Amino acid sequence: MKKMSSLDRVLLLITGLLAAYQIVVGVDGAPALSMWAYTVAFGVLLVAGLLLIIMGFGVLESPWVVIVSTIIPLSLSLGLVAQYAPQYTTLYGIFAVLGFLAIVYTRLTPSTPKKWAIMVLAVVHGIAGLVIFLLPIILALKGVMPGGFTLVGVGGALIGVGGLLLAFLKAGKPILSEKTILTVLPGLLLLMAAAFVAGFAAV
Amino acid sequence: MEVIKAKLRLYWPLIKSMQTALLVITGLAGFMSTRCPLLNWKTTLAVAGSLFLAVSGSTILNMWYDRDIDAKMKRTQKRPLPSGELSPREALILGLIVSALGVGWALTMDWLYGLVVFAGLFFDVVVYTIWLKRRTPWSIVWGGISGGMPVLAGRTLGTGHIEWIGIVLALAILFWIPTHILTFSMRYREDYARAGVPTFPSAYGDRVTQTIIAGSSVIASLLMIVAAYGIGLTVGYLRLMAVLSAGMLLLALGSAIRPSENLNFGLFKYASLYMLSAMTLMMFVV
Repeated sequence: MKKMSSLDRVLLLITGLLAAYQIVVGVDGAPALSMWAYTVAFGVLLVAGLLLIIMGFGVLESPWVVIVSTIIPLSLSLGLVAQYAPQYTTLYGIFAVLGFLAIVYTRLTPSTPKKWAIMVLAVVHGIAGLVIFLLPIILALKGVMPGGFTLVGVGGALIGVGGLLLAFLKAGKPILSEKTILTVLPGLLLLMAAAFVAGFAAV
Repeated sequence: MEVIKAKLRLYWPLIKSMQTALLVITGLAGFMSTRCPLLNWKTTLAVAGSLFLAVSGSTILNMWYDRDIDAKMKRTQKRPLPSGELSPREALILGLIVSALGVGWALTMDWLYGLVVFAGLFFDVVVYTIWLKRRTPWSIVWGGISGGMPVLAGRTLGTGHIEWIGIVLALAILFWIPTHILTFSMRYREDYARAGVPTFPSAYGDRVTQTIIAGSSVIASLLMIVAAYGIGLTVGYLRLMAVLSAGMLLLALGSAIRPSENLNFGLFKYASLYMLSAMTLMMFVV
């Protein structure tokens, strides 16, 4: 596995600091559920960044990586739905919980066919990623939110790309080579965190 | 000049600079959580200076006393004392002078502050290292109590008396110590066995040790949050503290449920980072 460079560590540290900043400042006007969900999402990003710095890319070999990397888009999308489309909160909440449990089950049960595990992952990740990507853009286009809020959507697109790259790598069907994925991962995480922080700052 | 440089190069490893720095930071956090460091910059510098000397002094005395077991452990046998680069007599004199300077300075600042600093040194050198370390794995409790003294000293100097937040912070460090030390003693178990130092893994096995690590991590994290709330951290910073604490809890639980060398050492490093982050938050956000 690729050795982590100093630049990788610096990029991950800045990512962690951005996530920590977002946790501290929160999001203006967010209801309690959204605030919890955002805190979980950025908290996972912060702790994951710190663990990558401490333990190197070797930590990605853990079977928990796919599960943990699903928490970020699921909780972030749940927070967005609860804040900006509250009428769908219950429905989306049920999807998020069931989707998460399905991923945990398919990842931790060795008898699950690989095809099923990948399909569940792609559906759950895909829907959560689309919510994060589309909802801010729709809100900005409708004039409900300022244009800068679309950056949250950009962050959503980046998290989708990162999540899928990692998920398929872990599933043994990498879209890009492992070396390439690990080379771009720290930068991708930083861009994603920066896009989210800038996007939420526009609220 | 060259002689002084050479001596400093020789003495520097005696103070375990990273560990000393972390303890000084906890002391500064204790003080700065009560007083503005800019308005009280002279006292802040004095806290840093006195704690640096007292902690360094006690570490040098520990090194002097433990030179025989250090010589038996691969990890420590290249230190200046077991390797013969430095004479035990010189190390003892240096340790006594540096300790006396640190405690003396602390006493001149405030007698209660000085007393707490002295208690830390006494618990560390006499109770932990000389009396208990080679007898029982439970010696780490006393190591933990001495580790909590700098933050208690800082709070005591800032408030003028020993109060509950200082005690809770010291307890948080006491319960954080097992996460730090026990993960370390698991990683270097052969070394400790070779030196005949009783540790939790050797006395009670890995399962019990991992459970203690997980349990003490839970208590340390909760205590840290209680102290942060008492200090008056805003909701946003409390959220951040809770996230960092949750990270340590999950790592400790993961390590207890599915132990591995990597996870164990990851927990060890995260625990240090956690303490540094928690103390930094308390320093700069009040």
